[in-house]
Amino acid sequence: MIDTADGAPAADDDPIVFEQLLRLQAAREQRRDRMRRTGRQIVVLAIFICLLGLAYSLYKVVGTAIDDSQSDWPVIGSILPESDDLKMPPVLDIVSGIFEEPRGTNEPFWSIVGKEAAFTLREAAVGFAIGVIVGLSIAIVLTTSGRLERALVPHVIASQTIPLIAIAPIIVIWGRKSFDFLPFEWQDWMSVSIIATYLTFFPVTINGLRGLQSPRPENLELMDSYAARWVQTLWRLRLPASLPYLFAAFKIAATASVVGAIVGEISAGVKGGLGRRVLLEAQRYTTGPERLYVAVLGAAALGIFVFAVISTIEYGLVGRKGRETVT
Amino acid sequence: MSDAGPDMNDQAPAVEIRGASKIFNPGRHNEVKALEDIDLHIDQGDFVTLIGPSGCGKSTLLRLIAALVDPSDGTVLVNGKTADAARLDRDYSMVFQRAGLFDWRNVSRNIELPLELMGWKAADRRRRSAEMLELVKLTEFARHHPAELSGGMQQRIAIARAMSFHPQLLLMDEPFGALDEMTREHMQNELLRICSETRITVVFVTHSIGEAVFLSTEVAVMSPRPGRIAAVIDNDLGPRTDATRDDPAFFSNVTAVRDALRGGH
Repeated sequence: MIDTADGAPAADDDPIVFEQLLRLQAAREQRRDRMRRTGRQIVVLAIFICLLGLAYSLYKVVGTAIDDSQSDWPVIGSILPESDDLKMPPVLDIVSGIFEEPRGTNEPFWSIVGKEAAFTLREAAVGFAIGVIVGLSIAIVLTTSGRLERALVPHVIASQTIPLIAIAPIIVIWGRKSFDFLPFEWQDWMSVSIIATYLTFFPVTINGLRGLQSPRPENLELMDSYAARWVQTLWRLRLPASLPYLFAAFKIAATASVVGAIVGEISAGVKGGLGRRVLLEAQRYTTGPERLYVAVLGAAALGIFVFAVISTIEYGLVGRKGRETVT
Repeated sequence: MSDAGPDMNDQAPAVEIRGASKIFNPGRHNEVKALEDIDLHIDQGDFVTLIGPSGCGKSTLLRLIAALVDPSDGTVLVNGKTADAARLDRDYSMVFQRAGLFDWRNVSRNIELPLELMGWKAADRRRRSAEMLELVKLTEFARHHPAELSGGMQQRIAIARAMSFHPQLLLMDEPFGALDEMTREHMQNELLRICSETRITVVFVTHSIGEAVFLSTEVAVMSPRPGRIAAVIDNDLGPRTDATRDDPAFFSNVTAVRDALRGGH
C-alpha cells in the first residue's frame, strides 16, 4: 500500500482521510439539527411564560375560593397566602398596566420603565466592563505565581462577604466627595457602577484563574519549546483556553451586575433607574399594584437581555468553533 | 558557544550529551533519581529512538535535550550550543503523545502557531502552512477545526506544525502511543516519508520495540531507576517498506533490542 522509498499514495487512497470525509458529513447534519433545536427552544420559552401566567391565575382562583369560604376550610384558608386583587393583581391588569399611561404622564408605562431600564443598563454595563477588566487582571496576576494565588484568593473570597447594602452608601459618599481629581465630573450613577463592579469582578477572577490554568502541561511545554515569551503564551494559549470558563463567569457576572445596579440605586438613593422605580411603586402600591409587577418584570427582562447578549457573543466566539466533537 | 556559525552547526553533532544526570526534588523526601551518567551522541540526519520500560527516564532525557528540564550535572549540547541556546534559536521542535492542537484555531492556523511566535508575516505563514499541509497530505482540511479530525489526522497536523519552521531537529515523545495499531503503522510510514523528504534529525521516544526497530537508524536502550543508557544498537535496515516488517533482519534486530532491555534489569 505505502512505499516510503518511492512515491506516496494519493490522499483519496488514504484510509484515514476517507473515513474522515464520512465523519464530516455526519458532523454537518448534526449542525443543522442544532439550528432546529434553537428554534424549538424559543417556542418552549414562550409556552413556559404562558404556563407561568396560567399557574398564577389558577392559584388566584383557588386561593380566592378558599379565602371566600374560610369557615369551610379553616386550616388551608389560613395557611395559603391571601390572593385578593390587591396582593395579586390579575394577569390582565398587569398586561394592561404595561400599556397604560400613569396619571400625570402622557407616556405609556412600558416606555417609562424601558427608559429606566436603559439607565440601569448603562450602570450595569459600565460596572460589568470594569469588573471584567479588574477581575481578569487579578486572575492574570495570580496566574504568575502559586504562592501569590494561595495568599490572595482568600482575600478575594472575603471581599464578597461584605453586604452590598452596607458598602453602597459609602461608595456614593466617596464618589461625591473624593473623586475631584478625575478629569470628568463624578455622577451618582457612576457610584452605582462601582457597586455593580463589586459583584462582577469576583466570578471573573475565580473562573478566569481556573481557565488560565486550564491548558495541559504539554501545551505549556510546547510554547516553551518554541521559546515563546510570557505574553505570547498568555495571549495565544492561556486566554483562548480560558474563554469557555470566562463566559460561564460573564453570564453570572452580567446578571449580577444588573442586580448590583438595582440594589445600588435603592440603597444609594440614585434617581432615574429601575431600582428607584421599584421603590416608588412599592410606596404607592395601593393605588396601582400592577405597576410594581411591571417594574419587576422589567428588571427580569433586563437580566434576561444581558444574559442573552453574553450568550450570543459566546456563540460567536467559542460556540461554533471546535465544539462539535466527532466520535 | 551559542554564536557558532551555520557552517559549524552543520558539522557539530545534532546532540552531544556527556555525563548528564537529573535528580528531581534533590534533598527532599520525594527525591527521584531520574537519569544517571548519560552519554549520548547523535549525528545530523540520524533517526535515534530512546526505548525502555516506563519510568526509565526516556521522556526526561528528551526534555533535557529540549531544555525544558535542566540537568543536575553534566552537559547537553544541541548543534554545538547549550540546549537552552538551541531552544532560544528554535533549532528543534517537539511532538507530544497528545497532538495538543489548539481547538480554537483551525488546522491551518495551528500550523502557523510557531511562525506567529517567530514574527513571520501573514502571507509567508499562509504559504508555509499550505506547503506543510501538502507534506502531510491533508490540504483539504486546512479550514477544519481539530475536534473534527481523528486522532491520526490530529497527530499529522502536530507533525506539520512542528516542521513548519524547518527545524534541524525533531524531538518526539511517544507521538503514536495513543493511536490504534493500524493507524500507528500508517503514521510510521508517513513519518519516514516526511523525514526522507526533509533529511531532518529525529530523537524518538517509544516503548514499542517494533516501532523503534522499524523507524530508527540507532536504538538507544535504557534501563530504569536510575535511568541509564544500557546499549546503543545499530539498526541499518536500508529503506523501509511494509515488507521490512516481515524481513528476517527486522526480527533479528527486534530480538537484539529485547535482549538489551532484559539485560537492563
